[in-house]
Amino acid sequence: MEKKSVIRKNLIESMIQYFRENAGILIGLLIMCVFMSLRSSVFLTGNNISNVLRQVTTNANLAFGMTFAIILCGIDLSVGSILAFSGTLCAGLIANSGVPVPLAVLCGILAGTLLGFINGFIIAKTQMPPFIVTLAMMQIARGAAYVYTNGMPIRVMVPEYNNIGIGYLGIIPLPVIYTGVFFVFTALLLGKTRYGKYVYAVGGNEDAARFSGINIGRVKVITYTLIGFLASVSGIVICARMYSGQPTAGDGAEMDAIAAVVLGGTSFSGGIGKIGGTLIGVFIIGVLNNGLNLLNVNSFWQLIAKGLVILLAVYIDLLKKKTKKQ
Amino acid sequence: MVDTILKMEGIHKQFSGVYALKDIHFELKKGEIHALLGENGAGKSTLIKILGGIYKADAGKIYISGKEHQMTGVTDSQEQGISVIHQELCLVPEMSVAENMYLGRESVYGHSCFVNTGELKIKAEKVLESLGLMISGNTKVSELSIAQQQVVEIAKALTVNAKILVMDEPTASLTEKEVKMLFKTIEELRKKQISIIYISHRLEEIFEITDRITIIRDGTYVGTKNTCKTTKDELISMMVGRKLDELFIKSKSEFGEVVFQVKNLVVKNKVKDVSFSVRKGEILGIAGLVGAGRTETVRAIFGIDAYESGEIYIDGKKVKIKNVKDAMRYGIGLVPENRKEQGLILIRSVEYNATLTILKEIMKGCFTNRKARDGIVNKYIQMLGIKTPSPLTIAKNLSGGNQQKIVIAKWLATNPKVLILDEPTRGVDVGAKVEIYRIMSMLAEQGVGIIMISSELPEIINMSDRAIVMNEGRVTGELPKSELAQEKLMYFATGGN
Repeated sequence: MEKKSVIRKNLIESMIQYFRENAGILIGLLIMCVFMSLRSSVFLTGNNISNVLRQVTTNANLAFGMTFAIILCGIDLSVGSILAFSGTLCAGLIANSGVPVPLAVLCGILAGTLLGFINGFIIAKTQMPPFIVTLAMMQIARGAAYVYTNGMPIRVMVPEYNNIGIGYLGIIPLPVIYTGVFFVFTALLLGKTRYGKYVYAVGGNEDAARFSGINIGRVKVITYTLIGFLASVSGIVICARMYSGQPTAGDGAEMDAIAAVVLGGTSFSGGIGKIGGTLIGVFIIGVLNNGLNLLNVNSFWQLIAKGLVILLAVYIDLLKKKTKKQ
Repeated sequence: MVDTILKMEGIHKQFSGVYALKDIHFELKKGEIHALLGENGAGKSTLIKILGGIYKADAGKIYISGKEHQMTGVTDSQEQGISVIHQELCLVPEMSVAENMYLGRESVYGHSCFVNTGELKIKAEKVLESLGLMISGNTKVSELSIAQQQVVEIAKALTVNAKILVMDEPTASLTEKEVKMLFKTIEELRKKQISIIYISHRLEEIFEITDRITIIRDGTYVGTKNTCKTTKDELISMMVGRKLDELFIKSKSEFGEVVFQVKNLVVKNKVKDVSFSVRKGEILGIAGLVGAGRTETVRAIFGIDAYESGEIYIDGKKVKIKNVKDAMRYGIGLVPENRKEQGLILIRSVEYNATLTILKEIMKGCFTNRKARDGIVNKYIQMLGIKTPSPLTIAKNLSGGNQQKIVIAKWLATNPKVLILDEPTRGVDVGAKVEIYRIMSMLAEQGVGIIMISSELPEIINMSDRAIVMNEGRVTGELPKSELAQEKLMYFATGGN
């Protein structure tokens, strides 16, 4: 009994802390939602909410991983390409090579995770900047997807497979479930485990981490491997939803992920950031996309709007931090 | 019988064919505070890095508690009970005190990978309390003062059951009050029978707390002295290898007109109504504790931060300084307090750094006029005695003293009327200090008005012609040369009542 109430108290405390830490962007998100629901009658319908949730899943998965990389003072530009590579590989194995679905999915995930591992391995062993290493991987993985598909989408119409992307659990789309699981997993991993503490330590002061006997290389390898894993799962889900493996899938996805992470309050100078913040960032971008679509704003203008929102949000965050310091 | 806890014998270390250490001996007793003294570049840090397992010695033996030990790495060194507190504090600013103290050795729930934050906090607070620091283990390190962070570092060392604590320049950025606190902590450690290797340039401190002193020079062992049986002069001559009649070189110069004056300067939250002036050829000292608003005052004068109100006069004419460019146009130069971050572009050459402020003058059209540049660079290398293999040497590879001289050169090249020096001798060795004093004295003789901020009272007392003292953003006192004394300065620095 007592233990339960203690847990409940801790939970409430951490909720309050969460709202306080993210007050700025939460209010921003709320204002956006209110505005959209006033301008469009469709916005608050169950159907549209479910739509928004499903639309943000890919960006959420990528952004969760990206949060780790940015806290580590790094970045991963290759997530969009790894996503395409895993998706097309999986589709090709099923459609062209007749590999059983579970095995093909496993192969797709393993291949993408391996690419992430290679990123991490090179970054840890050679001290090359993550920006450069993942920029190279971005080209390589995208190129590999084009080579494998010969530049054409690979159609897959296998219900067992497509269900991964279009299925429901009750009323909740399956991709939302996956993302929910990833959210809890990455939030606990970053906030509560040893590895998570090491990510903050390496990003905050690499020397201090080294002198505390932390294996910095290992932390980096694990991080980029995790990012590769999240990207490849996203690739397989998207491919299943679209009934085809597209080599162009996830083009520019890394930028949306970075934007979400930054909106969520993660510092580009490393050492600061939380998965909970990133989730809000993901929703801001998701609601913006969805809302502008509902308002029939031309997609070219949407890009400009997105850019402005990012600038504004990060600037406000900066002001907030400055006043807090004084 | 006295326990010898650490003995290093015949330590050699070469870097690409050059000896960094040659046949070094060092012996540390249990519960002893032993100073390691030497100029920058003498090999102190190399020796410490060998002890800490970061470098491997080429030859020599290390005995720990009488047993020979081959140091294999950082972890091995820590396991042997050796803990190094580095000059640049090794804490993660955005993590809590408790997390920092147990970084790499977190308590977990059972055999899981989940960190038990509650237990960490309790354990951390217990250790901190034993050192007299009453703060919550959940406090973020970035919210602590430098002095408190240092105590956290010491506490961290205690949590690994350190028997030997190496402190590298622990007082470099502390106020006098904080130094007192640190010394109290060190006394506590002595009671716990922990041995301390204390590295510092400040001889006063070494005399205050250490038992013995080992001096090294140019990578060789000079000698070990009992602190109570030696003198400052003896130590300095052992360190520098030559007799120093006078540490502070100050020739009397003629004062001219008032070249610079500031009236009622106010900077938001930092500086409240500061006025002072300096004459041609005069050295004005600004004393005070860290955080008294001295740096903020000169930053505003130099156009780095905006000031809310106040008037600045150059040669009696009122001027408005909005940015650094304005300040430079009016003939003001600033040697900032942190040369590595604010003074130099460390990864570029001596030549590049020295001419960064006068690029316009050494340009011929769109290209650099090499002859003009080389002329200027060589002039200052000679005039200031910058010891560099070549003007093209990367600034990072020079010693602290020589780096500081490059920063001075960079501002002298602009022919300043007023040169502001913020902590000009912080982190440089005795030899370089003397050189910097000589340069300041020479500039004053040439008629430059000099404003020198310093936290080292002997420096203020011996180098300034006049000094003002600041406390909490205000000028609390002004003293002519004849009245400059430690007690008076401290009286005003702590608020003057």
